[in-house]
Amino acid sequence: MDLMQFIDLALDIVSIAALVSGMVFVLAGSIGVLRLPDFYTRMHAAGVTDTLGAELIMIGLILQAGWSALSLKLALIGVFIFLTSPTASHAVANAAYRAGLKPHLKRFAPGREEEAEPTETRP
Amino acid sequence: MTSIPILDFAVALGLAVAMAIMLARLFLGPTLYDRVLAVNSFGTKTVLFLVVFAVMVNRGDAIDIALLYALLNFIATIAILKFFRYRSLEVALSEIAIRRRDTGDDAQSDRSEPTGGA
Repeated sequence: MDLMQFIDLALDIVSIAALVSGMVFVLAGSIGVLRLPDFYTRMHAAGVTDTLGAELIMIGLILQAGWSALSLKLALIGVFIFLTSPTASHAVANAAYRAGLKPHLKRFAPGREEEAEPTETRP
Repeated sequence: MTSIPILDFAVALGLAVAMAIMLARLFLGPTLYDRVLAVNSFGTKTVLFLVVFAVMVNRGDAIDIALLYALLNFIATIAILKFFRYRSLEVALSEIAIRRRDTGDDAQSDRSEPTGGA
């Protein structure tokens, strides 16, 4: 009986930790999508954090729901998001690259030195 | 093991904030691909919000709607990308393979500048 209570408490703590960290990941990804300067950096913010945040929230909710049909459906949604979210991210990034969208290169752009030198030698 | 309604409410609130931010990126995204990315991420967050809401109010029906959203979201993203690349949804995959074999690589053939309008 004591052991069961301990297991319940441990599952509660793991569930709370998974839910809170998943929410933090999703919020951080959203703020990154809003703030970052370029499509590819926004892709990096959204595509990486969405999968992990979704999986963590699913795990937390599965631990809350216990053994039931609801838990099975949650696991199905989790598996589906785990398969399709990286695929969709790859498809969006590949489509943007194929369409010729250039990344926003400020400091490491090729040919920046060649463009910068004539302005210095201008009389 | 029971659900914790206050925690679920907090997580749903955070997801709603994330969805609002994603809507802002959807409306001010400069290129088409920013908008597609925002729609895809918004759909994922909708699924999460529905799931958290269903567990919070202890109704198992909403999980089915969330599963449907998850299925539809992926198909919608791929369909939008395919339409804006080939300007048609009726191009079969076999035809795309034939075109790619004839022209070598089709990366150069459809290299057009992405426009700002959606």
